[in-house]
Amino acid sequence: MKYFEDIRVGDVFEVGHYTFTDDNIKAFAMRFDPQPFHVDEAAAERSHFGALVASGWHTAVVWMRLMIDYRRRMDEAMRARGEPVAGIGPALGFRELKWLKPVYVGDTIAYKSEVIETRPSESRPHAGLMTFRSTGVNQNGEPVITLVSITFVERRRETP
Amino acid sequence: MPKLHWEDFQPGAVAVYGPRLVTREEIVAFAAEFDPQPMHLDEAAASATMLGGLGASGWHTCCLLMRIIADGFVLDSSSMGSPGIEEVRWLKSLRPGTQIRVRATVLESRPSKSRPDMGLTKFRYEVLDEAGSVLTTMVTTAMLGRREPEARP
Repeated sequence: MKYFEDIRVGDVFEVGHYTFTDDNIKAFAMRFDPQPFHVDEAAAERSHFGALVASGWHTAVVWMRLMIDYRRRMDEAMRARGEPVAGIGPALGFRELKWLKPVYVGDTIAYKSEVIETRPSESRPHAGLMTFRSTGVNQNGEPVITLVSITFVERRRETP
Repeated sequence: MPKLHWEDFQPGAVAVYGPRLVTREEIVAFAAEFDPQPMHLDEAAASATMLGGLGASGWHTCCLLMRIIADGFVLDSSSMGSPGIEEVRWLKSLRPGTQIRVRATVLESRPSKSRPDMGLTKFRYEVLDEAGSVLTTMVTTAMLGRREPEARP
């Protein structure tokens, strides 16, 4: 991760994309969210969704995984250039998570995250707080999920 | 037929669901799949982080909350899903070996303006450890089918 001082409001992370399949939708839902419209085609067809849909939690945690992989690639590139890498986390939580449209079998969701606020931390002088909005968009260009997260990012130490 | 409908969740009602024992194995397995950061994967690496020891991904806690309320009441209800989550706060780490419960409080209830067969119920969920400490809070709205759909005007 870049140091807190180098992060700007408007910075965009093109996090990556993921295709939801019959298998991965059901496997996730059987573990964490076994509502009929996430695990059973026939029941899903009878529901207001009309077909099997991914759990909203699945759509959210896929973003988290892609974001971790994205950060890892960014950190490796920075190290390769000889740049120091800042620590990130822990996250405090999230807000304004909206499931805007259902995610169906075969949908490919592209995720990106944009910095919307930076401010110093009062409790942790060596860190700042980064707020960012993440959005997942399906193959038709329709947003399906959006959320706002906040996390600590390390500040650059002054070298005497 | 579902037993529980929108009408059954009145503001002020409180219920507790669970318990569920959260093991080290499931914390690490979830993290390896969805949130592979050192503090969720490995004790030695975790002790060097701000969490000071292995703890579950906050997203894992959310997913466990979902499963506990699914088994607690959602699968017996006319659930139609959710439009989203107002807020989640990860207050304390969920450590391996903790037995968690979920306390659900109904905050608000209103009929849907667009769908006469649906109502909206706002819940506050709290993930509690054995001592009753709150580890995570979540405020979210559920879409629930109505037992008696409102007659169209």
